[in-house]
Amino acid sequence: MTVRGLAVPKWGLSMTTGRILAWLVSEGAEVEEGTELAEIDTDKINGVLESPWPGVVRRIVAPVGATVPVGAVIAVIAPAGAAEEEVERVAAEARERLAAGVVPEESGAVFGTVEVEGRQICYATLGEGPEVIVLVHGYGGDKDSWLFVQEPLARRHTVHAIDLPGHGGSGKRVEDFESLTGAVAGFLDAIGAPPAHLVGHSLGGAVVAAVAAARPDRVRSLTLVAPAGFGTEIDAGYVRAFAAASSRRELKPQLGKLFADPGQVTGRLVDDLLRYKRLDGVAEALKTVSESMLDGDRQAIDVTALHAGLAVPTVVMWGGSDRILPYGGAGRPPGVRLVDGAGHMVHMEAPAAVVAAVEESVEAADST
Amino acid sequence: MARTISYREAINEALAQEMERDPRVIVMGEDNAGGAGSPGEDDAWGGVLGVTKGLYHRFPGRVLDTPISESAFIGAAIGAATRGMRPVAELMFIDFMGVCFDQIFNQAAKFRYMFGGRAITPVTVRTMYGAGLRAAAQHSQSLYPIFTHIPGLKVVLPSSPYEAKGLMIQSIRDDDPVIFCEHKMLYDTVGEVPEESYAIPFGEAGIVREGGDVTVVAFGRMVGMAEQAAGQLAGDGIECEVIDPRTTSPLDTETILESVESTGRLVVVDEATPRCNMATDVCALVAQEAFGALRAPVQMVTAPHAPVPFSDALEDLYIPDPQRIANAVKSVAGWKR
Amino acid sequence: MSEIDEITLLDAYRMMRTIRAFEERVHEEFATGEIPGFVHLYAGEEASATGVCMHLDARDTIASTHRGHGHCIAKGVDVKAMMAEIYGRGTGSCRGKGGSMHIADLTKGMLGANGIVGGGPPLICGTALAAKHEGAGGVGVAFFGDGASNQGTTLESLNLASVWNLPAVFVAENNGYAEATSSSWSVACDNIADRAAAFGMPGVIVDGFDFFAVHEAAGEAISRARRGGGPTLIEVKLTRYFGHFEGDQQTYRAGEVAHARENLDCLLRFRTRVTERDLLTDKQLDAVDVEVDALIDAAVAEAKRAPRPAPGDLATDVYVTY
Repeated sequence: MTVRGLAVPKWGLSMTTGRILAWLVSEGAEVEEGTELAEIDTDKINGVLESPWPGVVRRIVAPVGATVPVGAVIAVIAPAGAAEEEVERVAAEARERLAAGVVPEESGAVFGTVEVEGRQICYATLGEGPEVIVLVHGYGGDKDSWLFVQEPLARRHTVHAIDLPGHGGSGKRVEDFESLTGAVAGFLDAIGAPPAHLVGHSLGGAVVAAVAAARPDRVRSLTLVAPAGFGTEIDAGYVRAFAAASSRRELKPQLGKLFADPGQVTGRLVDDLLRYKRLDGVAEALKTVSESMLDGDRQAIDVTALHAGLAVPTVVMWGGSDRILPYGGAGRPPGVRLVDGAGHMVHMEAPAAVVAAVEESVEAADST
Repeated sequence: MARTISYREAINEALAQEMERDPRVIVMGEDNAGGAGSPGEDDAWGGVLGVTKGLYHRFPGRVLDTPISESAFIGAAIGAATRGMRPVAELMFIDFMGVCFDQIFNQAAKFRYMFGGRAITPVTVRTMYGAGLRAAAQHSQSLYPIFTHIPGLKVVLPSSPYEAKGLMIQSIRDDDPVIFCEHKMLYDTVGEVPEESYAIPFGEAGIVREGGDVTVVAFGRMVGMAEQAAGQLAGDGIECEVIDPRTTSPLDTETILESVESTGRLVVVDEATPRCNMATDVCALVAQEAFGALRAPVQMVTAPHAPVPFSDALEDLYIPDPQRIANAVKSVAGWKR
Repeated sequence: MSEIDEITLLDAYRMMRTIRAFEERVHEEFATGEIPGFVHLYAGEEASATGVCMHLDARDTIASTHRGHGHCIAKGVDVKAMMAEIYGRGTGSCRGKGGSMHIADLTKGMLGANGIVGGGPPLICGTALAAKHEGAGGVGVAFFGDGASNQGTTLESLNLASVWNLPAVFVAENNGYAEATSSSWSVACDNIADRAAAFGMPGVIVDGFDFFAVHEAAGEAISRARRGGGPTLIEVKLTRYFGHFEGDQQTYRAGEVAHARENLDCLLRFRTRVTERDLLTDKQLDAVDVEVDALIDAAVAEAKRAPRPAPGDLATDVYVTY
């Protein structure tokens, strides 16, 4: 009869507090693992906190509108039969800590860098499980874009999120698509990881598919989230405009295209991307990467054949409202799971679906 | 990767990275090394508050101590800039503009125009401004509006370590003369700053906090004060949009106007004295360009029309603080015709 | 002086004669009312700019004064563009945005005539510093007047140039008057050059009516600077033929100009000396006169015909980017 405090998770490096925008359940509600509990504003993007456990929401400690530190307990979840006294004890302690501003030590990510082909590759690691998962972001993204996915996956697995060359904190030199795949393969070698489950979003999807083809010994499964490299249709205007944008005014409307609901783009997300784009070397890197992605207004990268030859278990998923790589385009792989209501950023818009898909890939690999 | 460093360290790092990248960058000013010609250490000070510390040995011959003669060495920086150098000259306190202003506003600022567009003068003048150090009337002023008034100059007011590094790098790379104003009370403030080099473009305001009720435009050190006020006000249900213009020339008028169009209410916070300062400038802009959107009179939170006093009892009253800002915000938020 | 070769002598004469003809012509044209604003004429002082600038090349820079036409011509600024500038034309050196007091050509190392008395010396500390960093032997020369010799900027610059051991030369053109005030009254010491001692540099007095004297003194100072020997202050004593500005009735002067024109004309002295010593012939010099007069005629005619700046130019060229 475990009585547990539900804490605000740390969704990404920059998150220190979260503001409760709405409770999606009431006290007394019965929840499953994955039931959406609350909407939390992280400054960067509004996320949905899902229940990590089944049980009953016995107490809601933090009211709507409250800004609470990462790690603070905001609700109490316990089986229906758990003693009221024990529930109240946990809730009271949580209230006290919120009032006092006391934050428990968070088990944050461990950051590291490895050198691959003469450039620094940055990564963040969370979790200690036996299976190793590597998350590879898309064009213009970084390891932080997995903010809603890395933490839940890390409950059972060792999860590395990396920055591709030219992105995030990694070295800004990029020559071509191969330098991206080389960096991921080199990362796996450098950290001496056992064969891993690769998860790639968008451009990162094409990258991990190519890595799996080149180094099948290193890869146990693939989860491809709105991957590039399957079919030719792409919003080339977005790709170019993102590379060119240097101000909030230019960038914000572009970012809106990434989400089914452009309202999800917060000022913080725009500012963080501008901070990245201002770094020396990034403009050149994005130009190189964007040029390697495009052949006129179509995709230049094609991993269809590479992927078809692979034996590793693969799950492919797509947002039903993706405007960057619309699912309906010719050449998209069969057997894709569509996530209704999500745009291109499925892992931010519907993280639970991505977490479930990755878990499925891991299980599929175990059973083969 | 970003790490936490101070405003002082951020400026030092920007100088070092640009000196590393571009051999045309030189640094000069009173005691910028400190100790020239003295029997003791030759890098004794690194600037009066240590901003240039360590550069002297790292970049031999490129950190120049100067006699106390601002006209000569500020002018020298300007002259060197016309010959392709990228000098960063330190005017120790902005108050000392009086003893070198001709070189800045009649020479550097006007070369390009007077010479028909056939000159570039990429000089950066670093200078320390602002009250709070009990430094009294001749070492505490916020004179950036005077520079802002001069066509041909760009004027930069970094509000945080991140801004300080990126704006300094942009200042050095910029082909126009730049007055880079460092608030003396911000040197020890800390914040996340990328290790890599980066330039923040001029004329692009930062939106420090989003909010729909009242637009608060704040300059330099006042950005932090406005953020504190906005935090308090959120508890009262008033959401402020805090805008940090970062540069007063060029001024990002679009971001200010867009915000006022949505909030209909404006408070401007400026540490400068109130006649012809940035607050009057922004209020005039909004009155002219966004009159229809205004739902309350504009409010200015500034120093009084007086020199900066010495006694802490008076100086603390002199400087705009979060409480005064919050009161101004409340007065416009609750304004009824 | 005998080492100066024939070509150099002819060039020097052409330079002085061009300055004289330019200034005499601007004086005439100004009287017609066609030239706007202020002009301050250099006629009478030609030997100074010429004697100094004959030693300079593309590595070198000069800063000038509001009486700057002569310095511009001596540093190679295009005479036709200068005339167009004085007329406020779009074809001028500064596209009509500077005028007589701000003619400049940075590509020629000419940092501009300067409307601020004492504005130039600090700038020359900077160009000399840049030259020192570049290490190609360049020098910076600051021309300034007796008025500027009393300005703090000048005195600070003399000190800084000495402290930094800059390749700089300071040329004080003492024409006897700062506006209408006599330098014998406004300069507290006997000679401006005496001030050099206070800044630890050599101070030299030269006769500004004698090209050869200026040339020799400047040559020594400039080569010392090029060798890393530091700055020099040269005081050139001379006279201007016209008023402080055009329109100045010069009631403060008493017959000096007529005397100077008759007895202290650097061009006449030059001609006498080179012909007496058979270095050049009258014929050669007359040919230069004709050539120069034609150039000035053409410059005025072209300036008068040239288009004025367009309204769209009003607020351009303020910044490189904004």
